[in-house]
Amino acid sequence: MPDAPKTEPVVLPASPGAAAGGEVSRRGFLSWIAIAWVSFTGAMTLISVSTLRFFFPNVLFEPPQTFKAGFPSEYAPGVDNRFKESRGVFMVRDDKEIYALSTVCTHLGCTPNWLDAEGKFKCPCHGSGFYITGINFEGPAPRPLERFRIVLAEDGQILVDKTKVYRQEKGQWQDPEAFIPV
Amino acid sequence: MATPPKKSWFDNLRESQVWNSIFRHGPPDNTRNRSLAVLTNVFLHLHPVKVRKSGLRLKYTWCAGGTTFFLFLVETITGLLLMFYYRPTAEYAFVDILDLRSQVPLGVMREIHRWGAHAMVIAVWLHMLRVFMTGSYKPPREFNWNVGVLLLVLTLLLSFTGYLLPWDQLAMWAVTVGSNMARATPFLGNEGPGAALLKVGDIGLVHAGDDARFALLAGRFVGSAALLRFYVLHCVGIPLVAAVLMAVHFWRVRKDGGISGPL
Repeated sequence: MPDAPKTEPVVLPASPGAAAGGEVSRRGFLSWIAIAWVSFTGAMTLISVSTLRFFFPNVLFEPPQTFKAGFPSEYAPGVDNRFKESRGVFMVRDDKEIYALSTVCTHLGCTPNWLDAEGKFKCPCHGSGFYITGINFEGPAPRPLERFRIVLAEDGQILVDKTKVYRQEKGQWQDPEAFIPV
Repeated sequence: MATPPKKSWFDNLRESQVWNSIFRHGPPDNTRNRSLAVLTNVFLHLHPVKVRKSGLRLKYTWCAGGTTFFLFLVETITGLLLMFYYRPTAEYAFVDILDLRSQVPLGVMREIHRWGAHAMVIAVWLHMLRVFMTGSYKPPREFNWNVGVLLLVLTLLLSFTGYLLPWDQLAMWAVTVGSNMARATPFLGNEGPGAALLKVGDIGLVHAGDDARFALLAGRFVGSAALLRFYVLHCVGIPLVAAVLMAVHFWRVRKDGGISGPL
């Protein structure tokens, strides 16, 4: 008993995954899979990056990197230890300039001591020795102590900025902000 | 009319439902039940039912691996007990270590933990030496050698993180020196090779405030944040990873044919 010819109803695909008649076409299925994989990979990447970022705190309970160190007239010639413990800085004055030396030994990061009688910095951990300039001359330290940015603030006080370091081996100790002329 | 032999209390226990729900095999008076006793027990089943005679020869194995595992268990138990008293803050850490010795019953617990740690490092190296000397790293055991190397690294990291926890001068400076090496990490350390290449315009992306060393210490120097971070790594993070790798390590020993013997 032959059926009467019927016109096929036009069914618009409701979504990329749906083909005519509600069946999922191969192409539609693959495009869904592609979207799913891209989303999944993106989400996983985001989670991984966020977890990594978790280990880098936004707030540090450390002393600020910039501090005022009093007036130049307060410093006698020689090495001044007043900011050694609190800020990690030796304030040094010679006949021409004042500069801020880092107290971090360039060997492995211990704190050298200024030995006034011997006129040198001596690191207690492995015996590195530095001249008053910060230049290394004995022991395992591979390079001179670093100097910090040092400028005069508006009120005439010395401003030490530890975020910027000047290295002698890179010829940076002559930079205008690596010392204060006196 | 012979009376049946009197049953002992132990026979009655053996036939009880409680006993049979726990031990689902007969008395270990034949080879099959003795094997089942090992196979059906979650703790014993890590161990093979049968071992080669050579696997028991101390002259061959030195029992260094077994000693290492035993010491790891000692460290786990004593460490857990220490956690009941030790507070990982800059304010309390050092005095708590002192109090552990003077004010806590069995004040020797911290010393056991410390000496056990030293002994474990020695045992790990001896185990590695023995495995090398007997050629037990050769196929099919190459993969397990690599798992062992990872376990060696984790053991040393446990030592390193634990070293900071007493929070005395020795600990502070040892970790200062040790963590400064992280500055030289390629690309990820602010003094490492390639780190200077990572910059946007004039601004360097890798500096003392965001490099590998910073992630380790949670700061620019060894402070209370570093103490807490090392404490968590020492007590939870590294032991968990080590436990997983140990499971793999022991399982592979079994799968690769048990403890290697003399050829």
